[in-house]
Amino acid sequence: MNSEANFVTLHPMDVRKPPLLRRSVLRDLFSSAGSSVATVLLAAVFLYALPKAINWVFISSVWPGGSGELCRATNGACWAFLWDKLRQILFGIYPPSEQWRPITVTILILVMGLVTLPPRYWRRWLLGLWLSGFVVSIILMRGGAMGLAYVPTTDWGGLPVTLLLAICSLGMGFPCAVALALGRRAEAPAVRYLCITIIEVVRGVPLVSLLFVASILLPLMLPQGMSIDKLLRAGIALTIFSAAYLAEIIRGGLQSLPKGQVEAAKALSLSWAQTILLIILPQAIRSVIPPLTNTAIVLIKNTSLVLIVGLYDLLSSARAALTDPNWPTPYTETYLFIAGIYFVICFGLSRYSNWIEMMLRARNGR
Amino acid sequence: MFKAFWFNRRLRSYALQVLLVGAFLSGCIWLFINAQQNLAARGITAGFQFFGQPARFPISESVIDYTPEDSFGHAFKVGLVNTLFIASIVIVAATVLGLGLALARRSAHPLLKGCASTYIEVARNIPLVVQLLFWYSLVTINLPTAREALTPIPQVFLTLRGLFFPKLELSGEISLLWWAVLASITLVTLAFIVQKRERIVEGKAPPFIRISMIVSGGLLLLAWLVGGVSARWDVPKLEGFNFVGGSALTPEFLSLMVGLVIYSTAFAGEVIRSGIDSVAKGQWEAGEALGLSKGKILQLIVFPQSLRVIIPPMTSQYLSITKNTTLALAVGYPDIAFVVATTINQTGQAVEGILILMTVFLSISLAISIFMNWYNRRISSI
Amino acid sequence: MTYRTHQNTNFGDRRMDVSTQAIQMKGMEKWYGSYHALRGINLEVSRGERVVVCGPSGSGKSTLIRCINALERHEGGNLTVNGVELNNDIRSVEEIRRETGMVFQHFNLFPHLTVLENCTLAPIWVKRIRRAEAEDIAMHYLKRVKIPEHANKYPGQLSGGQQQRVAIARALCMNPSIMLFDEPTSALDPEMVKEVLDTMASLAGDGMTMVCVTHEMGFARHVADRVVFMDEGQIVEINTPDQFFSRPQHDRTRAFLEKIL
Repeated sequence: MNSEANFVTLHPMDVRKPPLLRRSVLRDLFSSAGSSVATVLLAAVFLYALPKAINWVFISSVWPGGSGELCRATNGACWAFLWDKLRQILFGIYPPSEQWRPITVTILILVMGLVTLPPRYWRRWLLGLWLSGFVVSIILMRGGAMGLAYVPTTDWGGLPVTLLLAICSLGMGFPCAVALALGRRAEAPAVRYLCITIIEVVRGVPLVSLLFVASILLPLMLPQGMSIDKLLRAGIALTIFSAAYLAEIIRGGLQSLPKGQVEAAKALSLSWAQTILLIILPQAIRSVIPPLTNTAIVLIKNTSLVLIVGLYDLLSSARAALTDPNWPTPYTETYLFIAGIYFVICFGLSRYSNWIEMMLRARNGR
Repeated sequence: MFKAFWFNRRLRSYALQVLLVGAFLSGCIWLFINAQQNLAARGITAGFQFFGQPARFPISESVIDYTPEDSFGHAFKVGLVNTLFIASIVIVAATVLGLGLALARRSAHPLLKGCASTYIEVARNIPLVVQLLFWYSLVTINLPTAREALTPIPQVFLTLRGLFFPKLELSGEISLLWWAVLASITLVTLAFIVQKRERIVEGKAPPFIRISMIVSGGLLLLAWLVGGVSARWDVPKLEGFNFVGGSALTPEFLSLMVGLVIYSTAFAGEVIRSGIDSVAKGQWEAGEALGLSKGKILQLIVFPQSLRVIIPPMTSQYLSITKNTTLALAVGYPDIAFVVATTINQTGQAVEGILILMTVFLSISLAISIFMNWYNRRISSI
Repeated sequence: MTYRTHQNTNFGDRRMDVSTQAIQMKGMEKWYGSYHALRGINLEVSRGERVVVCGPSGSGKSTLIRCINALERHEGGNLTVNGVELNNDIRSVEEIRRETGMVFQHFNLFPHLTVLENCTLAPIWVKRIRRAEAEDIAMHYLKRVKIPEHANKYPGQLSGGQQQRVAIARALCMNPSIMLFDEPTSALDPEMVKEVLDTMASLAGDGMTMVCVTHEMGFARHVADRVVFMDEGQIVEINTPDQFFSRPQHDRTRAFLEKIL
């Protein structure tokens, strides 16, 4: 019929629905010999491991309210330990009667974090909020003023210490990073080489060695009689580390800025400081928000290293709690719990970073 | 007059630079003088003379031999070798496994992809210290005692004291044998290269590989007989509460290895995956249109192109791995950081110790930077 | 449209002596490494004069105009703008940049600020004018360039011609006495070139001193008081537009005009 050279359609065709697809997931699982083998193997591993895991987590485990003897008797998870030691793990050896203070600090920091998430709120008052929030947190933790009992930093521990270290290193590291990044691109050779040296040295050595420098060398290098608080020393080490890594990211942002922006600012007779604050930095930082949030995740994870210099953050408070002889040292459960806390924070931040990246790309031109 | 000075463009720049350098130098000098005073007050002499003194602390395991009578200098060497040993193994393992992980994450198999993605997210969002301590706890608490050792393979025993496996002990003129091994490896490698090139150039090639293998076998046999070498297996045997004989991997080493490999593979896998993804889809399509299989496309077309995107972040991952080995402090494996910390504890030579630690890692990172610059220059000229 | 009849300026009082030349270049030189980009430039631009600089690419026209407001630093000879000599004194650079406004080939608008914020940024931060007053001035000039309705949009949402007109308004908000144009229409699609040239012509009609690097010979013919032809870093010929286009005197000028007309 349609073998003629001339053809004109007589009837329009209706729009029809597509045929029902065969289940594509099953097709993917068994599409080739290799993937079938993989499916069978993985399924076998799951079928073997899952009942054991369920048994360990739910069935043989000792729920909150149990005791050390019950935990020793079973080979399931000892969740009772976590419930019993929760305060010590989360807040360290902070005096129990004053523990409302670290709890308040933790909630305050989490609230500030949540407020910072929507880009709508990225205005100047946000900076003021964080600054005052940080100062209030320190005052609450430390006491000695406004009728609060004084608690030395050696008694601080747990989640508030982790959060405070993270905020301190990010917050104080960022302006230093901006200064280092700008200095690295300066024309004056002395400034440039100084910044390059600082950045490369700090990035080339492990964080452990920086913590050593801060906690062992720094007291040696200060005149006798002058001493810096141990927690502050670790904070300084983390800040220097953050500054160097953030500086490289900001430098990438500065490099991607077209030269014409600076020229336009110069032609408008903006001063050097005004050009940097009003034109260069807003654009440069906005263009590197995804790598910045990734670095923030790395810095939060790095706070756990203060274990090595004997400070009590979330991880080391948990390890301290494990030394109670009444309990059969449930390492696995404790580390799973700590890992879970870190995972929630870091994974949440990485999802947020993805969301921000997509949103910034959608808002073209902004 | 000051105004003329301050507003002159060049003079202002020079003056500010001199001020900056001066402030920095005077800060350093002030710190240095304080350090000298404090060290003198504690009776600690600055300088590296303590290198020759006997160390007098034990190192639980090492690649090269060590006794507490050896000098501090030797102890540092031992620590450094341990660090490099772990770093190399982890780097190789992470690269190979990372490639597999990248392919798994890119596959269409939902289970494989899901497992790979979950693994990557979990490993990347939990601090390395927590992971290391977790594995260490598994290895030291949850493994059975020697009496009830796990035996995944015959003669290999997994207990909470470590992994014990048989050791091959050779006696006789073994140096000849090692030379023969070296010669065989070189011969076979050359045969692979030459045969491949011949096959591409000429279409087919004489069986160099087979010949080289036969020759190598002959060389080894010759060296064995001439050297009068005899071998026996030193099998670990249960005596009392522990195994004796054979070779052992300590729980510290095992947990550090497992923890670092699992952590680093996740990052390496992501780097490799983003490199492979960066190659334009048209390359895959062109390869398929030519009739190549997906595996061959990856091997011959996509992967060589992805190397350009992979190598810079990969070298910084390698540097990260090397720096992460210092976390051996948390599990008690004696790497260079452990040796430095113990030395500082014993002698109080904090400045020298930390200086050594930082210099070691700065040299490694400098070597990697030089390599990176060379590589960048090489590929940008293409 | 009447050109060249308005000699008075509508742009506010000048502190300077009105009789001084706007721009004076004597023996100006510039090297990029070993490449001699500007050779012995001698040029004088009077108050209210409109000068168009043209020439083949690489002739140094952009370098010349960028030396005027110190975006490039000249290396020999003298450059004086409104009586202020440009030298190593930072204050001289600041003065000259306050007197000049520049419009770039690639607009160089600030993408993270709205059109209105682009125009009010410099008046607020450099001249310390109150925000409300700065916004009035900005809206006045946005009306002048005929896009007041886009004041709250971002540059990315405007067409090329609209962006360039915003750039002109932004420069005008600082009340310069000299406007510099560095190939303002070269990056525009052809249908948008006319709107920008019309804006520039109306500025000229109000008596603004203008130095303009451009390939638009129609604009040169109708608006310029003098045309400067540059080649290989030198000024080859200067003449009134009538004479320049009908009776070019130098061989190279003739060769250039043959290629483009």
